Amino acid sequence: MGTNLLVNYGEAVAMILFGIGFGNLLLQPNLIKKIIGLNIMDTAIYLFLAEKGYIKGRVAPIVANGVQSMEAYINPIPSGLVLTGIVVSVSVSALMLALTIRLYRRYHTLDLDEISKRLRKEGL
Amino acid sequence: MEFVQNFPCISIMLCLFAGIISSGLRDRAAMLVNTGLLLINTVLSACTLLYTLSTGEAFVYVMGQFPAPWGNEIRAGVLEALMALFFCIIMLLSLFGGRHKLLQGVEKGKVYLYYVLMDLLLSSLLALVYTNDMFTAYVFVEINTISACGLIMIRQNGRTIEAAVRYMIMSLLGSGMLLLGLCMLYDLTGHLLMSNLKESVALIVAEGEYTIPLIVSIVLMSVGLCIKSALFPFHAWLPDAYGYSTVSSAAILSSLVSKGYIFLLIKIIYRVIGFDIYRSTRIIDILFVFGLMGMIFGSLSAIRENDIRRMIAFSSVAQIGYIYMGFGMGTEAGMTASVFHILSHAATKSLLFIAAVGLTDVSGRNRQFVELTGAGYRNRWAGVAFTVGSLSMVGVPLFSGFISKLLFSQAAVQNHAKMLPALIVLGISTILNAIYFMKTVIRIYTPVDETAYPSVSFKDMRLYAVVLVAFILLNVTLGISSQPVVDMIQQGLAMFA
Repeated sequence: MGTNLLVNYGEAVAMILFGIGFGNLLLQPNLIKKIIGLNIMDTAIYLFLAEKGYIKGRVAPIVANGVQSMEAYINPIPSGLVLTGIVVSVSVSALMLALTIRLYRRYHTLDLDEISKRLRKEGL
Repeated sequence: MEFVQNFPCISIMLCLFAGIISSGLRDRAAMLVNTGLLLINTVLSACTLLYTLSTGEAFVYVMGQFPAPWGNEIRAGVLEALMALFFCIIMLLSLFGGRHKLLQGVEKGKVYLYYVLMDLLLSSLLALVYTNDMFTAYVFVEINTISACGLIMIRQNGRTIEAAVRYMIMSLLGSGMLLLGLCMLYDLTGHLLMSNLKESVALIVAEGEYTIPLIVSIVLMSVGLCIKSALFPFHAWLPDAYGYSTVSSAAILSSLVSKGYIFLLIKIIYRVIGFDIYRSTRIIDILFVFGLMGMIFGSLSAIRENDIRRMIAFSSVAQIGYIYMGFGMGTEAGMTASVFHILSHAATKSLLFIAAVGLTDVSGRNRQFVELTGAGYRNRWAGVAFTVGSLSMVGVPLFSGFISKLLFSQAAVQNHAKMLPALIVLGISTILNAIYFMKTVIRIYTPVDETAYPSVSFKDMRLYAVVLVAFILLNVTLGISSQPVVDMIQQGLAMFA
């Protein structure tokens, strides 16, 4: 159990980071910190994928020097997944930031709970 | 290969292209493109449904030239085609019914954006329904989230932006968990296609190794999708998002968006994990408990609510609870009941939202119950439609809600361990439903002597009235001739295995 943890320290770090990001996104009242949490969470998943997809001693699957053996290269799909995931998380972060700007212009605060309190007072 | 087998792929592509083209069009042209798209997709899905019914088996469509373990695939069976057809019809009706409110609530010159989002939403829903690849499913889940967020905030005021932010936060938590779960599953199995995944998962279980990571990954995916579809403890964002957005958005969010995620979960249960393995992990018991709690607490919140739109929104929480309770039974009958309830709830909830807006419009746009007194006389079509929707939700025979309650109780009787709690909570929830829906119906049919609000007649709202009649017919059809639909669902679920 403990030895596995040492060998797979990259995955362990990824899980810890995922927890940190998840907690931040869920619990922080400040919108910017929430978005930072979101990015930490997503990046942790990419770290996990990259860590799983990399095999020591092998290189990215681009044929160089005529080496065509499968043993020389890693599986490209995890890296492809990371790239797709990055695109998704960039667009989601952009959307969240745009929403944050809208809210800040209207209420001059980044605190989501404070905004909710004011909305209730407005009774809209 | 038959030509019909191209239809699922064509319909997804059409939606994506329509979205791109609409972003360069004016409001009216974008609306026409959207309507045409929905009509075409309805026809295409109907053809696919007829084709799968006639062949009696599902077909796989290979995207690109790469064969099974590497390439991307679309898979269509009876259930997928039925869902796609139903989604198209409900979306078409909801958009027609809410069109006048959309034009009032959204700045002129920005309406086309709404239709762009709608096209993208439809593409993601169809892709979620048809896809056979887990990572494609994740990508379209995100597209679904983004376009749904746009639907909430197209009507610009502080309330909707705040609702959109809260919706995004919960959704992102859910999709993060879904992504992590499916990455873990990919690490365990080395596959992303559902059919290959299922074989590998069966191998893992048979070997008895790596069972804990497998369970963790199943839990992560299930919880992620539960959060996104607003199962009970995660429903805090829901009343604001459904209550303050424009009415078509509310109808579509409650009847389609959350159902897309639930349908993905059904696919994961059947096509990725395998029903028996999923049942043996005991996660369904947790889903069962939270489903029951959702049924009670959603209804209790709805009773306390003093705003008609928010009341209907809280009722959605209860109905999502029903669906998860059906999952939790862990039997074929329970799953059939859940799928039928997806259809019946979609038809009923969008009817209620659309009808409620007609009632509030003849009450000076006040949504408080006091102001709604007698609204059923001022807008007779909306009054009748709201009554039909309420009766269906409560579960009166003739309407679709009755059939789903009947199926749920039949499923409950077959499962000895869970029979008692399921039946008791079904009973309590029906009574609670009756309390708040009948309260509203009585309120809108309470005569008032003099009122400051004008009445509307059929001439003022032709399209709206036609939509309401179509919704009522859909509801009654589901309620009266339910057996063919139930047969199709059972056939489709059998094809999943």
